[in-house]
Amino acid sequence: MSMRTPLGRVRGLGSAKSGTEEFWLQRMTAIASIPLTLAGLVLVISLTGRSYPAVRQILGSPLIAVLMMLFVIANATHMKIGVQVVIEDYVYDKKKKLTLVMLNNFFAWAIGLACIFAILKISFGV
Amino acid sequence: MTEAQSPVQRPLSPHLQIYRLTLSMVMSGMHRITGLSLCAGMLMLTWWLLAAAAGQNAYGTFEGFAASWIGRLILLGFSWALLHHLIGGFRYLIWDLGYGLEPAEREWLVRANIIGSIAATILLWLILVMFGLR
Repeated sequence: MSMRTPLGRVRGLGSAKSGTEEFWLQRMTAIASIPLTLAGLVLVISLTGRSYPAVRQILGSPLIAVLMMLFVIANATHMKIGVQVVIEDYVYDKKKKLTLVMLNNFFAWAIGLACIFAILKISFGV
Repeated sequence: MTEAQSPVQRPLSPHLQIYRLTLSMVMSGMHRITGLSLCAGMLMLTWWLLAAAAGQNAYGTFEGFAASWIGRLILLGFSWALLHHLIGGFRYLIWDLGYGLEPAEREWLVRANIIGSIAATILLWLILVMFGLR
């Protein structure tokens, strides 16, 4: 038996039990993605058709590498939340839902880590 | 979770099939579909970066795929999905702020999303053909 009032228990949580944290994070990563995506498109345009050493040199330059990592972090987070919302909306079976949410987490982390590892490896020239 | 059997059969709120299909409903779905397809786009980005990190041979394999007609078609699809999702994101941010929710404004925003994403994709590929695809 809790001595807390019902209002005190739900305040700031909402029906999802975790408040508006992911709602806010989804908007934040969306806004971060706008300039980062435009920068990414400019990068892709300037890299298309270039030789392998030139691509490595441009990708490895500090400013480009940092922007790319920010792009990857913002988008992997945005992707993870977005796909989870879709799973929670359409998958009713609880076990299937938990499995898919877990796989979605693994996917987002694997993508994010692989991209960042690749960018760092190119930057450090190893 | 409490999944207790309700003794009373309560009416459910009407869902999609009850309503007349509107363009903004379709575009809501399109935002989700383009978002999901961009997961595969992220996978391709990962391949590109890992290949660049791995070495000349791996990068050559990626380039070979990206330059093939199927690769180009997939990249064209991803670029459209990305731009559609990006412009659609602007639309949702405008709605989140409480603007543009009147019927005429809604329709305008949704149409601008479709036309804008197609125009931006054509522009991007024109630039790519002119400067990039050597």
